[in-house]
Amino acid sequence: MEFVTHLLAVYGSLLNFIGIQSLLALSLYITLSAGQLSLGNAAFAGIGGYVSGVLSLHYGLSYILALIAGSASAGVVALVIGLPVLRLRGVFLAMATLAFGEVVRIAAVNLTITGGAQGLVGIPNRTKGWMIYLVLAVVCYVVARLRGSRVGWSFATIREDETAAATLGIHTTYYKTLAFVMGAVIAGLAGGMYAHLTFIISPGEFGFSAAVQLLIYNIVGGTRTWPGPILGTVLLIILPEVLRGIGVAAGALRMAVNGLVLLLVILFLPNGLASLFQGGSRQTPKVAPLPREEA
Amino acid sequence: MLLEVKHVTMRFGGVRALDGISLGVEVGTVHGLIGPNGAGKTTLINILSGVAAPSSGEVRFLDQMIQGLPPHRIAALGMARTFQNIRLFPTMTCLENVIAGQHLVAERPLLPRFLCLPVAARKEKEYRDQAMECLERVGIADQASFLARNLSYGDRRRLEIARALASSPRMLLLDEPVAGMRQRGLRQIGDLVRSLAEEGMTVLLIEHNMGFVMDLCSRITVLSFGRTITTGTPAEVGEHPEVIEAYLGGQENHA
Amino acid sequence: MELLAQQLINGLFIGSVYGLFAVGYTLVFGVLDILNLAHPAIFTLGGLVALWLVEGAHFSIWAAFPSAVLFAGLLGLILDRIAFFPIRRRADSNFSGLISSIAMAILFESAAFALFGARTVRFPANTVTNRVWQVAGVTITSLQVEIVLTAILFMVGLTQLLKRTRVGKAIRAVAENDRAARLLGIHVDRIIAFTFFLSSAMGGAAGILFGLYFDALSPDMGRSIEIKGLAVIILGGMGSIPGAILGGLAFGLTEVLTVAITGTSNLRDAVAFTMLFAILIFRPSGFLGRRSMREA
Repeated sequence: MEFVTHLLAVYGSLLNFIGIQSLLALSLYITLSAGQLSLGNAAFAGIGGYVSGVLSLHYGLSYILALIAGSASAGVVALVIGLPVLRLRGVFLAMATLAFGEVVRIAAVNLTITGGAQGLVGIPNRTKGWMIYLVLAVVCYVVARLRGSRVGWSFATIREDETAAATLGIHTTYYKTLAFVMGAVIAGLAGGMYAHLTFIISPGEFGFSAAVQLLIYNIVGGTRTWPGPILGTVLLIILPEVLRGIGVAAGALRMAVNGLVLLLVILFLPNGLASLFQGGSRQTPKVAPLPREEA
Repeated sequence: MLLEVKHVTMRFGGVRALDGISLGVEVGTVHGLIGPNGAGKTTLINILSGVAAPSSGEVRFLDQMIQGLPPHRIAALGMARTFQNIRLFPTMTCLENVIAGQHLVAERPLLPRFLCLPVAARKEKEYRDQAMECLERVGIADQASFLARNLSYGDRRRLEIARALASSPRMLLLDEPVAGMRQRGLRQIGDLVRSLAEEGMTVLLIEHNMGFVMDLCSRITVLSFGRTITTGTPAEVGEHPEVIEAYLGGQENHA
Repeated sequence: MELLAQQLINGLFIGSVYGLFAVGYTLVFGVLDILNLAHPAIFTLGGLVALWLVEGAHFSIWAAFPSAVLFAGLLGLILDRIAFFPIRRRADSNFSGLISSIAMAILFESAAFALFGARTVRFPANTVTNRVWQVAGVTITSLQVEIVLTAILFMVGLTQLLKRTRVGKAIRAVAENDRAARLLGIHVDRIIAFTFFLSSAMGGAAGILFGLYFDALSPDMGRSIEIKGLAVIILGGMGSIPGAILGGLAFGLTEVLTVAITGTSNLRDAVAFTMLFAILIFRPSGFLGRRSMREA
């Protein structure tokens, strides 16, 4: 027991960070599971963080209500931009969401209520570690049960071939928007919890690098099953700490390891590290709800 | 008439891929659509399934105007199709491909799944059994757990038909279903189409294999360079001078 | 009025650097349909290596510039070999290519950090002799003129290469249809490698000019131009070389005009990205669709 307390004291903030980042990675996973490459999820986290932070800091709203408001705002924004943006495919969608993310970041820099470039300072510290992991557990459960449902099948089908999906009666625009909005809601929630964890949030935290990092977590872990993005997140956050532990101090080298892991995974394990754990289960006639790759 | 096409024209830039096509398909018949490459057959199928919108003209299905509707709306009316260039879901298994095709008939609601109610599992088993039946019908049930992309060419075509059947459609658009198949495959698909028609399904069939078409279809429409040359029974079509010239001339596989 | 003219001139200079950067970006997209996110890292390394040649190896800038451009081109070959060649035949090669280019960007950037440190560095004061001219109340420096001339030289050179030479025609053939090109006996992999060489050389050249113009270089300087470069190539139409040039100029002008009109530099990027977002929604093919690269 003493050991656990000690562990939490030393690594508590790291664990909290892993929890938040896992939530964000899962938010992108949902969007990716419908085949939509979004680089806007960091911005949605920013919207959630700023809206909930401003509401509880300046308007004294309770923590839960502020979180709901932040998450809902991210969802509404996703709904509004999703309809026009989701007509774009692949790389063009990625760039449109990227541009959207930059607009959000620049807005946060220029508005007074968000505290400008210095960031929003003095957000009440309400998020506890267990809350993050409770939310993460719920999100994991929802995502896990989603596959095999009508929504989950529609996502998977659109991801494989959008035109063929439409001729099977799937309202592709509806489901793509749904995936986009669900991702935004979860990202907004994670952003709100993050804001109430760190006292201060600044626009730079929700920029392009953050969006790309979420994509990296997903690719490294694998985007075919929900544990994939969590695996990727945990690995890529812990690895630098381990390296520091064994004496690799240089920031550049740790950064290089991040890039090297990503490169090796995309070249040799295109379905991510999670695919290492699900070998020969493919030949059984029992249907796995979502497609997996076979060696 | 289950399906009526009236004066449909499709322009790509300055080219008229379809130039005032008209045809009608009766309920429960197998209707052939033939014509040389570039005649506009696949373009017509794309219009009928909503993948493309015609430049002008009218398409009626179940007495509703469907031209220009999005594909999912047309599919919901009971129109299913296959693709000439085969568009399966490559990293799904065969069974999963068919399950994906059940979208219009299977509910799979979220709430019972979230609550892990037994009803969800029971319904799921039913849907899976239905999906297996579709695979059995096209003769690839033994490959249910194989990835679609690992199937042979002919079996991919079979799987596409199974996927289209999964939604129990009123009408099936088959775009070259036996291309690249051998004699045994031809016979199996022919039997399948015949039995579907006996159950009341309407089939519009594009095919280059003349023997197959003549054998199977009760009526045939011939297209050439985007125009309808004639519509009639196989015998009438076979004797039509323009058809012989435009399409059959010199081909030895005239049954 | 004079202030406006001055702003327009400045916009033209920075716009030509954006254009040069974006031409390399868009060239790879036009040929491979891959967004090469390692391009900004090569831009950075080009600038830093030129600086090292001037400062550490005491090259004159006239020797350092071509050497660093060549070095950037070689980085492009490495990039192609490691990140793109192995996955070329994958069904989702443009998605996995995007990812592997991100990985290479991280590796290049960490190399820049390791070799040059995290600080901002600058060229020695006397690297280029800088004359200042006053023309009708507008200030122009010889450095600006040299930058714009170099950028134009590169862009015209590339356009002519694509239009007139054998290898240029081969590049266009691969862009049009790589399988057909292969059947015609074009050595597609070699052509793609050469495309990366050209693209990266131009990216590196842009990095050197950028470093000279702003008199500041840092390992993460690619980040600031990365998203702008994307904006430029979308503005001009993905894959279009004239589009990238015009897009670069338009982007440079928009930036300085936003500053001139609003009076602050805060909204400089906002206008540009809002414009980018709007173009993607209303006219995703940009102003010069991608055909123009193939017809270049």
